[in-house]
Amino acid sequence: MNCRAALSVVLLLWVWLGALRGQQATVIQGATIITVSGGTIENGSLVIRDGKIAALGLSLTIPEAARIIDAKGQYVLPGIIDCHSHMAVHAINESGVPVTSMVSIEDVLEPEDITIYRALSGGVTTANILHGSSNPIGGQCTVIKMRWGEDHAGLLFKGAPPGIKFALGENPKRDSKKLHPSTRHGVIDVIRQAFQKAKDYQRSWREFEAGGESGKRALPPRRDLQLEPLVEILDGKRLVHAHCYRADEIIALLRLAEEIGFRIRTLQHVLEGYKVAEEIAAHGAGASTFSDWWTYKVEAQDAIPYNAALMTRRGVLVSINSDSGEEVRHLNREAAKTIKWGGLSENEALRLITLNPAKQLGIDHRVGSIEAGKDADLAIWDKHPLSVYAKVVTTFIDGKIYFDQEQDRKRQKAIAEEKKALLAKEKEAEEKRQKPAAKRKKQTGLFATGAEEP
Amino acid sequence: MKPLLTLARILCWSLLLAHAAHSEDPKRPATYAIRDARLVTVSGPVVERGTIVIRDGLIAAVGAGAEIPKDAWVIEGERLTVYPGLIDAKSEIGLPSSAPGPRGDAARGASGQQLAETKLPRGPQDRPMATPWKVAADLFSPTDKRIEAWRNSGFTTLVSTPSGGIFSGQASVINLAGERVSEMTVEPRAALIVEAPSGRASPGFPNSLLGRVAYIKQVFLDAGHYRKVRAIYRKDPQGLKRPVYDRALEPIGQLLAAGRPVMLPGNDLDEVYRSLRIARSLRIAKHGGVNAVICGGHEAYRAAQQLAEAKAAVLVNLNWPSKAKDPDPEEEESLRTLRLRDRAPSTPAALVQAGVRYAFYTGEKEKSGGVFANVRKALKQGLSAEQGIRALTLSAAEIFGVGDRLGSLEAGKIANVLVTQGELFDEKCVRKIVFVDGKKFDIPAPQPPKHDEKTQEGGTE
Repeated sequence: MNCRAALSVVLLLWVWLGALRGQQATVIQGATIITVSGGTIENGSLVIRDGKIAALGLSLTIPEAARIIDAKGQYVLPGIIDCHSHMAVHAINESGVPVTSMVSIEDVLEPEDITIYRALSGGVTTANILHGSSNPIGGQCTVIKMRWGEDHAGLLFKGAPPGIKFALGENPKRDSKKLHPSTRHGVIDVIRQAFQKAKDYQRSWREFEAGGESGKRALPPRRDLQLEPLVEILDGKRLVHAHCYRADEIIALLRLAEEIGFRIRTLQHVLEGYKVAEEIAAHGAGASTFSDWWTYKVEAQDAIPYNAALMTRRGVLVSINSDSGEEVRHLNREAAKTIKWGGLSENEALRLITLNPAKQLGIDHRVGSIEAGKDADLAIWDKHPLSVYAKVVTTFIDGKIYFDQEQDRKRQKAIAEEKKALLAKEKEAEEKRQKPAAKRKKQTGLFATGAEEP
Repeated sequence: MKPLLTLARILCWSLLLAHAAHSEDPKRPATYAIRDARLVTVSGPVVERGTIVIRDGLIAAVGAGAEIPKDAWVIEGERLTVYPGLIDAKSEIGLPSSAPGPRGDAARGASGQQLAETKLPRGPQDRPMATPWKVAADLFSPTDKRIEAWRNSGFTTLVSTPSGGIFSGQASVINLAGERVSEMTVEPRAALIVEAPSGRASPGFPNSLLGRVAYIKQVFLDAGHYRKVRAIYRKDPQGLKRPVYDRALEPIGQLLAAGRPVMLPGNDLDEVYRSLRIARSLRIAKHGGVNAVICGGHEAYRAAQQLAEAKAAVLVNLNWPSKAKDPDPEEEESLRTLRLRDRAPSTPAALVQAGVRYAFYTGEKEKSGGVFANVRKALKQGLSAEQGIRALTLSAAEIFGVGDRLGSLEAGKIANVLVTQGELFDEKCVRKIVFVDGKKFDIPAPQPPKHDEKTQEGGTE
């Protein structure tokens, strides 16, 4: 008996150590693998090792001691990527000044926001967490993976290029406190002036550094956290995600960026994008839009559900985002709508929530499709993910399970039990405290001996 | 003849005066010796039966063989235990009542003016919510009635921390007895206080948590830059544009250069991480390493490892989280909240295990609760009494750079001493005497219950 116990401990340890080192391979068998980038494999297998997709195909040699997941009749889709989200943060907007490029979403992450877990249950593995839209130039964005249960550092998508939020139209100009521009011209002007300052700043540093070589004396310039990210934009090192609605403001921004000398990486919302799709494509900007939200504000009057499809047909790299803790759970259905409205193919529709947002965020070499060598970020669905009946069975990030329906049921039960136990414990302590309270009044007052909290 | 007489008179008088000064003057510290007592030195092993001699405000001798001077008042220490005086490592008592507005006191109640200010071009002088020049010792009132209450609980020192705004001011280490703050102050500029007030949003930057973090980073960067350019200029001003004088950056730069710690908020886990990020970003930027002291620590049991890696110290608020008085019966509390209430007192033990320096503060503003009952909660969750005592004495002194003067029973240190009957954290412990700067204060005996209720109302105990 003892021997068996010891053996099982050793075995457990071995499995655990293996898992720690990421050595144990996982094999998903019998599923329809929708790679998004390279067709669909019926009844295929997929091998995950060290957090990466090691191999996929029809007949594979199954590594020894691999964890086998039977997914017969089920579907494997790359992890969904939400290009526009405000989940998992303690604060969204800094509206104190029109240019808040100094603030960073990374400073205010909240890894225990339940939205992360709910997103996992919708097959989402990565999201671009953006600053709000109260400023022409907003704060720095952060790309995260939905590693539920891990801390701040654990959430970060390491290696994802840094981003920043811009915003046009109603939101940045509606501020009544007169600290902000009040027209669309004003918004554009704020951006232009900010970049003028950034160029001056860049020059002052260059001159100082050059001056050091020539021996001319000068005091070192001050480091400016507001202007540094703008210099990074000028240097092409920081991606601009610009919130916009109307065609006129879109054109104005694209022209301004070209005039100043930088690129808009994505236009966010971009509900009138279909009107200026050629111009967007010519600039090289991506578009991240809603499936079918409209008329919720004046500048959303001209929105149409054909937007994503029309822009796609004209050569724009399009994605569909949630911008919502609710919608993030069914981005698959949002993508499916583009088949009905606009006639995109199934694969084109799925790309709107996988490979396309990966490209927009500059992380497509790591995620966005099922290819050997990419991060094992994927979900097993019980039905075709474009079906309204489809549900996620298991979600993997870096080959690790972060959501699983069966585990979820157990987890919910465990949480309920722990809560009950903690409440009971508290109640018991409370009763204990109240009983001898009368007797113990001998010495009270500040910090008095034996005095318990009131 | 006459001038000589006058001279003689003067000499006589001055001799007399000098003599009077040395004789029994109740206001001057006398010499005391407590003999045959149990001495908890904190810095060294416990002396089961020893003597401590207090003279001229300092500990003159301590140990089993310490000699009792002839002029000493002798206290029989049989059944008594002697501890270093306790230190409340973060407190607002003695400071003008701070009802902090969201933008600190410079702008309190003047939101219109604040609005006008934010419209001005932003320059180095325009630093909202920053009053780092405020030194606690300059604001401290020695007549605050709570000082006596704190002393009667065994506290001889507190770290006074003004609040309000983000760069609220400088913490001072103050001894809890005296008529003048100038005499009570042990270290006026012990630490820089940085807060992240959560108050309502107000116009102007920063008006969110996002903005506050960025603002804190920028001010620290500016302080480093300020010192640098002023040093260059001072050395050789010829041909250089004169750097501006900045009232806010001047003290920040000085404190950082002196290696003084920076107190940052860190009650819940996210706040701890945020403050560590701020501290880390500064270290990477090489604008002077920041000696971070994270304040609050209720959820720090979950971040002990990260705190150890960051070499940060923690001030743990002994006022543990408790259930809301009138909770909404409809609202279900989250598991995280329940766990926090259950496990916050495990923070000290977790910090000890991870090797993080930490000290306690009472977290009390008026007179509620029982600090020792709160320490006992931590003892129940794995802290040893010895570690608890250290956190209330020497550790606090070390964190604020006064470990060479306060916090332990050692010859040469300031005579801040607590004498009890029984173990400090024992429910039956009776605190008898405190010495502050060698001045003896008898702690009034416990009051009978009736009278007690009255004084509770009046708040004069």
